[in-house]
Amino acid sequence: MGKELLFISVMGRDQKGIVARVATLLYRAGANIEDISQKIMDKYFVMVMLVDVKDAACSLEEIKARLQNLGRRLNLSIQIQHENIFKAMHRV
Amino acid sequence: MSISVEEVYETARMILYHHLDIRTTTLGINLKDLISSNFSACLNRVSQRIATIGERLVVEAGKLETKYGIPIVNKRLALTPISLVMEPHATVKKFLRMAQTIDEAAGQAGIDFVGGFGCLVQKGLTRSDRILIEALPEVLARTQRVCAFMNAGTTASGMNLDAVNLVGPLLLTTARKTENGAGCAKFAVYVNAPEDNPFMAGAFHGVGEPDFTLNVGISGPGVVRSVVEKNPDCDLTQLSEIVKQTVFKITRAGELIGRELAKNLGIPFGIVDLSLASTTASGDSVADILKGFGLESVGTHGTTAALALLIDAVKKGGAMASGNVGGLSGTFIPVTEDAGMARAVRRGSLTLDKLEALTAVCSVGLDMVAIPGDTPAETINAIVADELSIGIVNDKTTAVRLIPVPGKRPGDTVNFGGLMGSAPVMAVHPFSASRFLKRGGRFPAPVKSLKN
Repeated sequence: MGKELLFISVMGRDQKGIVARVATLLYRAGANIEDISQKIMDKYFVMVMLVDVKDAACSLEEIKARLQNLGRRLNLSIQIQHENIFKAMHRV
Repeated sequence: MSISVEEVYETARMILYHHLDIRTTTLGINLKDLISSNFSACLNRVSQRIATIGERLVVEAGKLETKYGIPIVNKRLALTPISLVMEPHATVKKFLRMAQTIDEAAGQAGIDFVGGFGCLVQKGLTRSDRILIEALPEVLARTQRVCAFMNAGTTASGMNLDAVNLVGPLLLTTARKTENGAGCAKFAVYVNAPEDNPFMAGAFHGVGEPDFTLNVGISGPGVVRSVVEKNPDCDLTQLSEIVKQTVFKITRAGELIGRELAKNLGIPFGIVDLSLASTTASGDSVADILKGFGLESVGTHGTTAALALLIDAVKKGGAMASGNVGGLSGTFIPVTEDAGMARAVRRGSLTLDKLEALTAVCSVGLDMVAIPGDTPAETINAIVADELSIGIVNDKTTAVRLIPVPGKRPGDTVNFGGLMGSAPVMAVHPFSASRFLKRGGRFPAPVKSLKN
């Protein structure tokens, strides 16, 4: 069966442990990290992860809620969005 | 990675900082099969259909919000014009009961607004049309979500001035029955009304539509404003290009979500409406885009050219992004809901006459314009007739949504609260056109064929 790919974007002030904490959260949720990339843009730390949630142990709503909760604690903006929205918007 | 960090970042910023959202998903519902001589059976079935499909729309739209991380701001319904459904039951009392039934069913389903409580009267009024119009002030005052419309003309059939002459009294009566006249915000009078418009107050499910259809209105002023401001000095061709590229992206988001939502609901996808829909949020303003173009204040000389360029670029970008463009797809800049427009009125740079001029190129009409509460009914009718004749002659949709605010004079501020915003009351001309309007009858269809 195919993958269910979503992008997680993390934006805000760089600090220790961002990747570790997001990765741990995803590991616990049963999502697989397919790719990861990060950059400083407009003075923001921006990290993007591509994750497969096909075999995740919990629902997308649950993963989203946990990520947002983590974002609040670390003062970061964390979004999770299906890859199709990026393909639609950025590919002709 | 198939998508770059820059692209993900750009999208995230659009959502977080520039109000990228899907402005509305509007589900069109055919009610013609529910017309019945038994009124209570008709009411029950209308209520049941609205509640069932409305609830599914809200649930499925919520799932897509989570999946794509883009807010879907409004979940709305558009119905078969109610005057048709009520032909066998045309009394004021029954129209009111129908409106209350629709309002209640939609409220229970979590629907924001329901359009379609209106009539198609371009050639003349049936008894049901007349009684619907008579019932509208009470309907607009006593329901929350029900929106009403009148199509008073088409390019092919001309304009029905007898119908236009009913608008002034209707608005003045509605204004008296609702705080600050706000009930008038739920009524729009059109010519060449599209049958698949997802925006209120004019949405209805046209008689040429299937049983169900899903139409989408995109967002965008905030996103477009931000890219325009990043390019303060480029020439107009380049400016048009960057607007096109941005609107392409926004429209693709709308198209993706609309198609998937329709598929999940098991109904046909209708159209994406390319109108740039302003909101009261800071920066989510068409007026601010035009300031970004280089106008000191909207309404000044140059505004018509700037708006024409903007909407042309919006249409080009949108048409590239979606094979099913429809609805209004122009700009229908609501003065009270667009903080930049309201500011321009307040500083004296934007007048009703200039707003009307803008509709000759690309605007869809006079939207959410507050006028003095003591404006004579004939003057309201004359404003409507002017605006609608622009649509008839130019073969395009135009519409009017005016709010005569009781007790307010030109320059006074009126606050409608919440998403309806606030704005100064705009002045109208003091001279009368009543002798012209009293002639009544039909404004003949304009010549479109003597082209040699």
